[in-house]
Amino acid sequence: MTAILDVQNLAVRFGPTLAVRNASFTVQKGETHCIVGESGCGKSVTALAIMNLLARNARRDAKSIAFAGQDILAYSDRQMEDVRGNRMAMIFQEPMTSLNPSYTIGSQMTEVLRRHHNTTRDLAEQRAIGLMQRVGITAPQMRLGQYPHQLSGGLRQRVMIAMALMCDPELLIADEPTTALDVTVQAQILRLLAELKQELGLGILLITHDLGIVARVADHVSVMYAGEVIETGRTADLFANPSHPYTRGLIDCVPVPGKIKPGEALGSIPGTVPVMKDGFSGCAFRFRCPQASEICTQAVPRHEVGPNHLVQCHLPSRQGGAQ
Amino acid sequence: MSKTPALTLKDLSCTFHVQGGLFQPARHVRAVDRISVSLEEGGVLGIVGESGCGKTTLARMILGLQNPTSGEAFVHGQRLSELDRRARARLIQPVFQDPFSSLNPKHRIEDIIALPLRAQGSFEPHEIERRTAAILERVGLSTEQGRRLPAELSGGQRQRVAIARALILEPRIVVCDEPTSALDVSVQAQILNLLGELRRDLNLTYVFISHNLAVVEHVASEVMVMYLGRMVEHNTTARLFSEPRHPYTQALLASVLTPEPGLGLPDVGLGDIMPDPANIPSGCRFHPRCLKAQPQCATIEPLTSHPSDHATVECHLF
Repeated sequence: MTAILDVQNLAVRFGPTLAVRNASFTVQKGETHCIVGESGCGKSVTALAIMNLLARNARRDAKSIAFAGQDILAYSDRQMEDVRGNRMAMIFQEPMTSLNPSYTIGSQMTEVLRRHHNTTRDLAEQRAIGLMQRVGITAPQMRLGQYPHQLSGGLRQRVMIAMALMCDPELLIADEPTTALDVTVQAQILRLLAELKQELGLGILLITHDLGIVARVADHVSVMYAGEVIETGRTADLFANPSHPYTRGLIDCVPVPGKIKPGEALGSIPGTVPVMKDGFSGCAFRFRCPQASEICTQAVPRHEVGPNHLVQCHLPSRQGGAQ
Repeated sequence: MSKTPALTLKDLSCTFHVQGGLFQPARHVRAVDRISVSLEEGGVLGIVGESGCGKTTLARMILGLQNPTSGEAFVHGQRLSELDRRARARLIQPVFQDPFSSLNPKHRIEDIIALPLRAQGSFEPHEIERRTAAILERVGLSTEQGRRLPAELSGGQRQRVAIARALILEPRIVVCDEPTSALDVSVQAQILNLLGELRRDLNLTYVFISHNLAVVEHVASEVMVMYLGRMVEHNTTARLFSEPRHPYTQALLASVLTPEPGLGLPDVGLGDIMPDPANIPSGCRFHPRCLKAQPQCATIEPLTSHPSDHATVECHLF
């Protein structure tokens, strides 16, 4: 397996606030890597940092961000423009706000290809029609002339996916691609992404807050909390042996039909995610952690609890060293 | 046995008239179509369905915020349309989806919570103060938080405020319209647990609308499935989840993604046709998406059948 994206020690700050701290993960070709976490954990900022689309007041630092073997950290804006939308494409959460309401679907879809590959409009439209068919949009010819408001939410999200695929990207970054959709449509869109991954050998970085989605589509998972990756591993390993108290808490919060009796209380995590400022040290979860102790104010070590399964927590060392 | 149900809906319908374009005729959108159901005191009626199925319109009618086109709703035996606003507010209260837009950003929390009492016009100031303090504590907020503005609270805390505001008049029924879908899972669990405690302690009856079936399964005692304005299936929660009858219910249940790795993604098999409430199909309104559709489904509207006690299903297969 070769890595399509390798992020090492990414940090993003907005003034004194640390949005992402020391995040490292790798997305392999033909694999879905999920970043899961609650609002404010830094998962969307991570995606924007990779694409270099952060707001002006943000500062990005990293050891390296390697895309297909090339370090894109030092790329100029011009160089990045050639990568973005071309070899690395993104799907956003809200298809209604990320499509331009005053341009037709056709002109928005062909624009990327014409910008990056300088093709004729006819060729670009043919490719758009082909891709729309591929993602399951009926009557694609007609859709080219329609405006975003004339499509349903599910169709708009399919248009976003088709648009992202226009230039044959190697990496697809999808930020909550199904959150705005009905459950029935959600399953269809996720199946489509899984098929495309197989067919085109795409690497997918999927950002979500939904552990159900993670369990069903991810090959690898990274759990983020307060800007850090606190646990990462293969999906099956992470769900079979969740090793960080936060990961365990998160899994217990999700109601699963048949698992908890009606009327019984769900597991929950008291409190809220803290805002990270300069000078913070120790484990950011210790304020909500049922197993916190004195040692948690000190720098947190990483432990390997299984093959490729890393956890950032004092617990394994307290329980007598790494397993 | 002859206890009056907390909530009874009889053939409740709501039709909207939507202006067409310049040269197009006005269209009729049947958002809710002849819904009849009754709910015992202390029960939780879960309402599930895709967006546009009419679940929010139904909730608005139960709250008296939307007049039904036809049919009638009864609350503890009283005709809803005969109650004035104050009396209605003492019986039924809402908790809405988005705690960011349903709280006035310029009012302090304690004023937001006390407003329903003030609107009644019959409470003494010290009584208002006493009740506000008591309900704040009951939902897990401090007196100090009561003096803040909504913007200073987190999403979960704001939803606690919305719950406190709903409960301050000691209503009998609370209509929760997607109360946790704007919240993180860890906070969602806190709010669901709180709602459950309050229901037991205060003997409340809930109408609970959600698109999240796992949440509905957890909180509801009975579930009704809506499709394009019709109640296509209704049963106790345990029965509906263990033996879903209607093909649409089956598809909905299949599309729930539980956190169980290795199961992969379900093939829901509903196709790409999206339901349009302004253009309801003939016969069974679900037939264009139904895997088990037969010729008669396209022409004859199915009747409601009762395959067992307490269960209804609207499908030609039953």
